[in-house]
Amino acid sequence: MINFGYTVWIVLIPLFLFILIGFFGHKFKPIVSGIIGTSGLFASMAISYFTAYQYFFVLPKVGETFVKVIGFETTWLRFTEKLVIHLGVLLDPISVMMLIVITTVSFMVHLYSIGYMEGEKGYMRFFSFLSLFSFSMLGLVVATNIFQMYIFWELVGVSSYLLIGFYYTKDTAVAASKKAFIVTRFADLGFLIGILLLSFNTGTFDFITLTDPKGAAIAQGSGIMFLGLSTMTWSMIFIFMGGAGKSAMFPLHIWLPDAMEGPTPVSALIHAATMVVAGVYLVARLFPIFHFSAPVALDVVMYVGAFSSIFAAVIACTQFDIKRVLAYSTMSQIGMMMFALGVSGYGEEAGLGFMASMFHLFTHAFFKALLFLGAGAIIHAVHSNYMNEMGGLRKHLPITHITFLIACLAIAGIPPLAGFFSKDEILAASHQKAMWIFILGLIISGLTAFYMFRLYFSIFWGKDQHYHHTPHEAPKVMTIPLMLLSLGAIFAGLLPFSSFVTSDGKPFASHIDMAIAIPAVLVGVIGALTAMVFYRKETNIPEKISGFLGGFYRAAFRKFYIDEIYLFITRKIIFNYVSRPIAWFDRHIVDGSMNGISYVTNEVSGRIKGLQSGQLQTYAWVFVTGAVALALTFIYLWTN
Amino acid sequence: MLIMRHELLLVTITVILLLVEIFLPHDKKHKIILPAILLMGLVTIAGFIPGPTGILFGGMYGTSSLILLMKNILNIGVFIIFVQSVSWLKLEEQKEKISEFFILLLSTLIGMDYMISSGDFLMFYLGLELATIPLATLAAFERYKEKSAEAGVKLIFTSALSSGILLYGLSMIYGTTGTVYFPEVSAAYTAAPLQILAFIFFFAGMAFKISLVPFHLWAADVYEGAPINVTSYLSVISKGAAAFIFMIILYTVFNKIALMWRDVIYVIAILTMTLGNLFAMRQRNIKRFLAFSSIAQAGFILLGIIGQSQLGMTTVVYFVLIYIFSNLGAFGVAAIISNKTGKESIDDYDGFYRTNPLLSLTMMLALFSLAGIPPVAGFFGKFFLFASAAKQGMYILVFIAVLNTIISLYYYLLVIKAMFLNRSDQPIGYFKSDGYTKFGLAMCVAGIIIIGLASPVYEFILKLSYGLY
Repeated sequence: MINFGYTVWIVLIPLFLFILIGFFGHKFKPIVSGIIGTSGLFASMAISYFTAYQYFFVLPKVGETFVKVIGFETTWLRFTEKLVIHLGVLLDPISVMMLIVITTVSFMVHLYSIGYMEGEKGYMRFFSFLSLFSFSMLGLVVATNIFQMYIFWELVGVSSYLLIGFYYTKDTAVAASKKAFIVTRFADLGFLIGILLLSFNTGTFDFITLTDPKGAAIAQGSGIMFLGLSTMTWSMIFIFMGGAGKSAMFPLHIWLPDAMEGPTPVSALIHAATMVVAGVYLVARLFPIFHFSAPVALDVVMYVGAFSSIFAAVIACTQFDIKRVLAYSTMSQIGMMMFALGVSGYGEEAGLGFMASMFHLFTHAFFKALLFLGAGAIIHAVHSNYMNEMGGLRKHLPITHITFLIACLAIAGIPPLAGFFSKDEILAASHQKAMWIFILGLIISGLTAFYMFRLYFSIFWGKDQHYHHTPHEAPKVMTIPLMLLSLGAIFAGLLPFSSFVTSDGKPFASHIDMAIAIPAVLVGVIGALTAMVFYRKETNIPEKISGFLGGFYRAAFRKFYIDEIYLFITRKIIFNYVSRPIAWFDRHIVDGSMNGISYVTNEVSGRIKGLQSGQLQTYAWVFVTGAVALALTFIYLWTN
Repeated sequence: MLIMRHELLLVTITVILLLVEIFLPHDKKHKIILPAILLMGLVTIAGFIPGPTGILFGGMYGTSSLILLMKNILNIGVFIIFVQSVSWLKLEEQKEKISEFFILLLSTLIGMDYMISSGDFLMFYLGLELATIPLATLAAFERYKEKSAEAGVKLIFTSALSSGILLYGLSMIYGTTGTVYFPEVSAAYTAAPLQILAFIFFFAGMAFKISLVPFHLWAADVYEGAPINVTSYLSVISKGAAAFIFMIILYTVFNKIALMWRDVIYVIAILTMTLGNLFAMRQRNIKRFLAFSSIAQAGFILLGIIGQSQLGMTTVVYFVLIYIFSNLGAFGVAAIISNKTGKESIDDYDGFYRTNPLLSLTMMLALFSLAGIPPVAGFFGKFFLFASAAKQGMYILVFIAVLNTIISLYYYLLVIKAMFLNRSDQPIGYFKSDGYTKFGLAMCVAGIIIIGLASPVYEFILKLSYGLY
């Protein structure tokens, strides 16, 4: 057996970086904190790759299956003999894959930020938060038990909050960070309820025990029924609520577009590649329970994922803020991962959807991070977020242009780039499940290609805008991560993913089904070509179309009024009809009775003060009387 | 010899200090301060050196690891009081009597040690008196002040009365059982009416020392009149030692009538907590305020005693340890303010944070610990006390105790509010504390923080508990 104890350093290095930069960063020059952070993450990344190598290639498989390994474990709290909370590192195919994704993207983002954040106030603060986030995210994916996951889940939320609100003097950033925090906190309430239900039902927090298909947790069944669903189903639905909040699934997605107020590297790391897929990871982590004990909850995952995906894709087609387009695109892609999990079965071929979902998570991390970092370079150059203020940038930003194009091709699913392979597997898995979801997947693919190329052509082609100063290419420290990530976006799809990550840990061979691949590529190409016709040269077709769609277009442009609905519910209904009566009750009944008690206590206190006369005779009298009275009372009580 | 090492060491340094005192010229009396503190420090550390335990003098004297720990706790407390008293002893009025203070304090400590280790009622009574009579002298230490003299007189009179009743009870115990040795008394004890009367009288005598309602009336006047460092000694060490021996005697001698004394304590605990708190609420003098608060705290100690189990014993020792640090922290700050400015009213504390932030924070921490706010040590102390009583199924008692905690929180916060929130036109000015004071307060702060967070302390006491002899 290999000793995986060293894996704990993958998580601990970012924590030390956070402490070092956070507390002592002001002693160095700003650039030093950037370099320390980046090299620390490089070390973490190197260990992750080594871990992956050891796990997938050196560690012997048991019965052709990758085993779950506890690399490191310590007892954190011991409430009772049974209620013990551990902290540790769990290694299995999906956690190892996540380690690679997180450390790689985090390293790229650190490197990129050295250039992007240059000259910003709070440079050091930025890097310390970035390290804190990396620590939390890594702690989340290696969690050995659901309680540890919850702790790091909240830590991730906090660091996301800190980073979205990084420009804390900007009102919109502050509002966005609060919104993200409150919405995800609300969702986490569901997560917590789910954890309590689940652990109460199964008597354990431990993932290995929980997800063993032959283990007691699954074998003992689904618990008692409540409102037509079993407790297990309820607990998984609640847990999924937490996942949906973090992964910005409808209707808890409203924070994600606003979160784009944070610095762009943050969007690339947190709101594209890592934190937002935590929900997908959560479902994947508990997948055996979903599959065996709570199939209804898995259907919920599928419907929510599918709806969010198409919903976001439509909105993405109408937005002008390039980061918001990318945000909705992220939401749409995560929706695809979710419904891929939802359609999946368990075990080898049947678990194709599971594999496809993880595969898409993996490839998506590369090209979406690339898109965001590219968008950062563009914003850096033209000082605007709006694509209608851009155009013709391909001449000014050659490297950004090429890498951005690669990413667009990848996400649109054009072979042989990464997105093609993973999306193809998702479509194949949906095809196994039902026709309608396959068609839906195709429509989403088409829309994806359309809005991505709409973005691409509006930025890099079209009319050359008049800029305040000539846009210039970003410095090397920013373009190198772009180039490295584009390698990932090109080649990540060529990995034989199903030989590593599967629902039950048993590798199988996946293949490209032409009957699915051809229509998928076709809709992608059609989407891209339509966008080219619309946006390559300045035309009035888009206006005509949007005019033709009328109300639907306006609704999509206003994001289907979801924010307005939330505001209406909170301001008009909850504030008026729930909060106000509660506040009245609190102020008058609760406070009133408390005030009454304190008034009485105070009065009594004032009255009896006089008993303390200062006269020795009184004291002696009270003393003797007290003793005698006590004696009489108890002699009476105890001799009868 | 080694079994009695705590007492012998204390006697030794008392004699040394007496000799040094004789040879010191009149204008050099303050030279004794540093040696006294160093010697006490050495004794405190030496107390932790493991050594034999056992029984001496045919059962009159006995000691166990737990009793040794109790003595060590008292040593630590006395050491802190030594350190905290320096700035007061250096005042002009005390100059002549510095060594007297140390020697008297040490004599009472020796008395307490013998009391805790006693194996029969005679030894117990001797220790008790040795611990009490010098205290009256100490209370009257500033005899030129009317209040201090009054405190001394009141203490000696009331303690004479309580000793009388206690002895009356002991004589009845001897009369009905024919022995004063703890194990023999325990064996011969039945719940005859005369024995119940004897127990109640014994109880009253102890309750006087621990200042339980209704035997507490002396406390407020004596605490207020005595010099503040003596007050802190009275309210912490003296009370702690009495609580220890009280618990030991209840568990070993009166174990047969446990059901009965539990009822007595039940009633007295409620009375003490509630009345102590009600009196504390309206006090404006910080010494009186802390006096009543310490009466209420004594009520909480009863919750641990009533548990009558290993857990109960552990929690009492643990709570007293924490209580020593917390109360000495609060008294320490009050003492500095009193010595530097002569101000003892809580109203004078307005705006104290602005002029002396560190002292205010120390005071805040100490009061939080007394009130039992997590994560400082006092919270854990109270938590385990409540757990001990709850284990006996006394939920109503615990509920009343929790209510009382809330009330106590109110008046502790009043002091904190005065220091931090209230503004004042003439706040107490900034002053610099000397090294001794800083050291003493730093020890309290460290104790308050560390004992709460480090679970080994509690586990250690738990391991020793119930191994009485």
